[in-house]
Amino acid sequence: MPQIDLLLASLPDGILLGFVYGLAAMGLALIWGVMNVINLSHGPIITLGMFGTFFLFTRADTNPYLGLIPIAALGLLLGILIYIVAVHRVINAPHLSSLLATFSVNMIIIGLGTALLTTSPYNVDFTLPAIKIGSTTLLGTRLVAALVSILFTGGLYLFLYRARPGKYIRAVANNRAAAELMGIDSTRILALSFGLGTMLAAVSGALIATFFPFNILSGGGYELKSFVISVLGGLGNPIGALFGGLILGTLEGIIPAFLETSWVPVIEFSLFVMILLIRPSGLFGAKS
Amino acid sequence: MKRNLTLILVLLITASLVLASCAQQPVATEAPQAQATEPPQSEEPVATEEEPMATEEPMATEEPVATEAPAMEEVTLTIGFTSSQTGAQEVSSKRQVDGLNLWLNQLNDAGGITLSDGTVVKFAAVTYDDESTKERVQELYTRLITEDDADYLISPYSSGLAAAASIIAELNGKVMITAGAAEDDAYKTGNTGLFQLYTPGSLYLISTVDLLKELDPEAKVAVVHESDKFSTSVVEGLKPYLESQGFEIVLEEAYASDTTDFGPVINKITASGATVLLGGGHYPDGSTFARQLYERNVGLDFISLLVAPADSKFPELGDAALGVATSSQWELSATHTEEEAANFGVEWFGPSGEEFAAAYEAAYGDPPTYHAAGGYAAGLVLQKAIIDADSVDPEAVKAALEAMDLFTFYGGIKFDTTPEAHGLQLAHEMVVAQWQKNDAGELVREVIWPADVATADPLFPSSAP
Repeated sequence: MPQIDLLLASLPDGILLGFVYGLAAMGLALIWGVMNVINLSHGPIITLGMFGTFFLFTRADTNPYLGLIPIAALGLLLGILIYIVAVHRVINAPHLSSLLATFSVNMIIIGLGTALLTTSPYNVDFTLPAIKIGSTTLLGTRLVAALVSILFTGGLYLFLYRARPGKYIRAVANNRAAAELMGIDSTRILALSFGLGTMLAAVSGALIATFFPFNILSGGGYELKSFVISVLGGLGNPIGALFGGLILGTLEGIIPAFLETSWVPVIEFSLFVMILLIRPSGLFGAKS
Repeated sequence: MKRNLTLILVLLITASLVLASCAQQPVATEAPQAQATEPPQSEEPVATEEEPMATEEPMATEEPVATEAPAMEEVTLTIGFTSSQTGAQEVSSKRQVDGLNLWLNQLNDAGGITLSDGTVVKFAAVTYDDESTKERVQELYTRLITEDDADYLISPYSSGLAAAASIIAELNGKVMITAGAAEDDAYKTGNTGLFQLYTPGSLYLISTVDLLKELDPEAKVAVVHESDKFSTSVVEGLKPYLESQGFEIVLEEAYASDTTDFGPVINKITASGATVLLGGGHYPDGSTFARQLYERNVGLDFISLLVAPADSKFPELGDAALGVATSSQWELSATHTEEEAANFGVEWFGPSGEEFAAAYEAAYGDPPTYHAAGGYAAGLVLQKAIIDADSVDPEAVKAALEAMDLFTFYGGIKFDTTPEAHGLQLAHEMVVAQWQKNDAGELVREVIWPADVATADPLFPSSAP
């Protein structure tokens, strides 16, 4: 198979995966965009989404895609809880305080998860038929995950631009003091934003569990990718995160066609540093 | 503000990379852990009768005859080891430690080892969670030696961790039995206190290649492996042997240990025109790789992966496990026997494979894997060396290990004593096992090679129903 065929085989995989990466990063970008908090519990929440799918599928015999509904709801509630318990008191403190607060949540989730679930790999034995076009194989689970990611992105866009609470979120992100003067309860809106961010993380984890085995530590890798994507897509720009995810996924599809797969993180993080140096606000119109 | 945010972000990525490595070490269990396993119900105590037994009578002395027999001295030796209770090596490490604990409990329950001077030797274990990281291993083995006064050491699971531990053991002049560590290099650096139980990594896939020669001498082989010490040493031994047997290697690719998306690698395998895949690494990557090979219906005739398919968790992959083969250090269905030892004219020691398996299953509820057998055998080897040395002196025990030529249920045990490869395992041989379906449609691991111990014919092509 010539190199171009290898590229054609790998590229769709990367792009489909990119949608899910984008969804994961969207949660991080939303929280950062609204409240300038870098959520270091993002990775473990992605992992909790994975375990949500695992338990619903193996214990309750629930289709992983139906399981997204309770996982999204629980993700939202968990986020609101984390905001109230760990973030709210430090929301106006220096960035380091919120960083440490969310890092503490990260350690609590990982510690509890390790104690209860160990670090053994878990697997959701669920497959969908693949579509084969020439040298390209489109896995059913990745196709559906990409579609769900697009749906969630569209839903988030509509929510932020059409629904009243979404407009409140944008108002608070834009100028919290002014929003409060206009009668918006910023605490509620911030809690809702944090909840939406964790909901997106949990849903992305739930989707990833349909095609990759995982353990309690698996979210860390996706958290790192989310940082890269957030920069690519523009910090604080949740919709741009989807495009950032697509760029990262495309790179993951292209690089292995020419180099060993171990070069992928090297190139990804080099790109991350370059973007930070050349265009610190991201590629797609970041928040200033 | 923008400048501050940029600064924060740069700090953040640095912190994230640190956190990513921290994520490998989520729980620190500093305190030595008591051996909490229930005393296994061994049907038969481990044979310690074969050694020169101390007489029950008082030794004849020139002293006036005592009216009461002198009390026997009891010595408790501390065995130090770390286990990967968390992290990437958790699955296999747990089996190894379970096997070792089973041996220890059985031996202590059977009364320990009685030396010719009447000293009764019993064992206590001190262990910590190494979190599957080399840094923790080195820190903890230092602690085991300097603070816990471990008399003998057993290696952690995996070649990378064992190599890290071996440096500390060697620096402190301790004897360490390396269970669960196949890589060759640690024995070729002048170490004198390491003794390897596993078949060395360079020979790991030799029996698989021999099988392949029978199945399809024209096979085109893709070698795709984890880029760690163990898997790399396996491949270094595999490639020249494949070539010497006339096989064409159409692809060689290494992947990072934390790889989750094998799509690009699998595309390369397809593009290479390979009919056979040899490779893998450890449990997490191996199980992920197997699943994605199945999902993509690659159509390979034969797949052999290291380590992962040897674990009893592997069938959790469902049909993705079917047909996947592995090189195994030990399988119950092909366990070594006393008769086999007699045929080789080599001394037999310890319980039969069936006795070990029954005791293990009674203690832990799972059938034993080769990792569990290796852990148990590590204890057996140490026990036999103390019996042969008739002493607990480390130098005497080391000499006994060097002289050892033994057969146990786990297989042959004989160590290289040359300075070039001191402690390297010479006598142990591997089998090839493959996941197949039995009549009830359940996945079972069958031994398919060597032919004289095979329990089933190879499923070839492995994608055949």
